[in-house]
Amino acid sequence: MSAPNASTSVSSAVRPNGAGAAAILAAGIGAFFVAIFAILADQSAAIKSAMIFFKPTGPLSGVTTCAIVLWLAAWAILHARWRNRSVALARVNAVAFVLLIVGLLLTFPPIADLF
Amino acid sequence: MEITSRSLWTLIHGMGFGALYLLACSGALVELYRRYCTHNPALPSERDERFLRVYLVCMAALAWLAVLTGAYIIYPWYRAVPPPGTAILAAFPQRLLMVSPTTSGWHSIGMEWKEHVAWIAPISITMAAAVALQYGRDLKNHPQLRAAVLAFVWTSLLAAGVAGFFGAMINKNAPVEGGPVIHIVQGESK
Repeated sequence: MSAPNASTSVSSAVRPNGAGAAAILAAGIGAFFVAIFAILADQSAAIKSAMIFFKPTGPLSGVTTCAIVLWLAAWAILHARWRNRSVALARVNAVAFVLLIVGLLLTFPPIADLF
Repeated sequence: MEITSRSLWTLIHGMGFGALYLLACSGALVELYRRYCTHNPALPSERDERFLRVYLVCMAALAWLAVLTGAYIIYPWYRAVPPPGTAILAAFPQRLLMVSPTTSGWHSIGMEWKEHVAWIAPISITMAAAVALQYGRDLKNHPQLRAAVLAFVWTSLLAAGVAGFFGAMINKNAPVEGGPVIHIVQGESK
């Protein structure tokens, strides 16, 4: 018995990494802007009020909706530009991971309150 | 034995979606590592690859369900404002936490962090699922893509872990209660 679908060699036709890079960078942007919108809503009464998209949830509804829209928009734009190309993925990964970690740290209230 | 509808929703959010997501994260990390980071020259079979794709898509669905039920069903109950003069704050968890300096940190740090950091999990895992869907077995040929997917899954585990920890502790200190009571089973009386 052999496993018919289990190839033992690496495929020769390698897809460009652009589509994956677009998804990775966009995810970093999305995570970063969750924190940025949260800080903006916390610092400005006008932004806080504008971020109330769903009253029972309060500003959190607008903060997260705006971050998600920005993430998806960034993903769509980057995907359209990079999908058929290979990009410098090490640099894209570095930028995306920095954005992700900074976003993660900026959501921590004692750090967010420094701004 | 009975449970309030709000408690039931909190269970669905925390145990049903959140805890299951955390468990699934560890499985995904092991599977991604086993498949791509070990010195294994063989490509995974189509069936294995399909399983990973379905697994990651289910994880993304769990993560989105967790944050959406949290933000739009439970959080409004948590942050409800009591009418002026209300003495018993049991139905207003945020206010209940804020009245005592020994518990206010669960809101001012715990909930304030949890309500935002949790959203990093669905964003990260959606990216991982999308990359797995787009590249499939070809991911074997993209070590940097794999590294990024692994890093984002680790970070989503961290974000979901923070949210889960604070969710559990906040609910322990000021449980979200109320709504219609659901009778589960009749207990024996002594």
